[in-house]
Amino acid sequence: MQFTDWIGDARNIVFLVIALAMVGAAVMVVTSRNVIHAALMLVVALAGSAALFLILGAEFVAWTMVLVYIGAVVVLFLFGIMITRAPTKADPVRLDHKRRWPALIVALGTFAAMATVTTLSFEDAALPEGVARAGDIGEVLFERFVIPFEVVSFVLLAALIGGIVLARKDPE
Amino acid sequence: MIVNQFLVLAALLFSIGIYGVLVRRNAVLVLLSIELMLTAVNINLVAFGQYLQDALVSGQVFALFVITIAAAEVGIGLAIVILIFRNRSAANVDELDLLKW
Repeated sequence: MQFTDWIGDARNIVFLVIALAMVGAAVMVVTSRNVIHAALMLVVALAGSAALFLILGAEFVAWTMVLVYIGAVVVLFLFGIMITRAPTKADPVRLDHKRRWPALIVALGTFAAMATVTTLSFEDAALPEGVARAGDIGEVLFERFVIPFEVVSFVLLAALIGGIVLARKDPE
Repeated sequence: MIVNQFLVLAALLFSIGIYGVLVRRNAVLVLLSIELMLTAVNINLVAFGQYLQDALVSGQVFALFVITIAAAEVGIGLAIVILIFRNRSAANVDELDLLKW
């Protein structure tokens, strides 16, 4: 497929804009010298992924992403940053290791390997249209996937208890 | 739209997350990078689910499971980070050597 054909589709332009915003925000998350900025840039990256889910017709996952990640997880991260230390300005302490090159090589190697494999396997395979309604997901979740669903709820309960046990002060 | 555009974007996000995990010293920032990697996996799952068009909507269901597990992981991870900070008044991953002998 030629790039001009690909960019002719309006949805691909939307995809490109969202993808660029996501990648820029993700790079900021891993390079920012300010911890709060890194957490807020994660919001942009996650909102971009929610938008991609909407493009892919996965409405329920998109709004779950917004609720759980942007609503809860990032707030939890901000609490964690505030409790462990609150450098609201640029951090005086080094946030990164001194040697960045090995990490950069590993990251680029991973990307090259995965991108090559997926490009060779899928080439121009087109994505079918279609929207999965929340009702369909609910039916599947409570019929076919009901046991994994219950197991996941148990994992959440264990995480809840574990978080309380770990974070509270020991009674003398 | 083709499948590969989503897969390459997810690979890029995953690699950025790997870079963050390897290079960051602050434990909270390492957890942030792990979230990036999990998001990349979710994009892959939903894209494959849409590509295969299966009747069970497995891709999206598994993305929901990953989101749930990620929430649990962040809760526990931050509790551990707070505990370490309380004991050592710093949460830098390269200063933790309690399990070394």
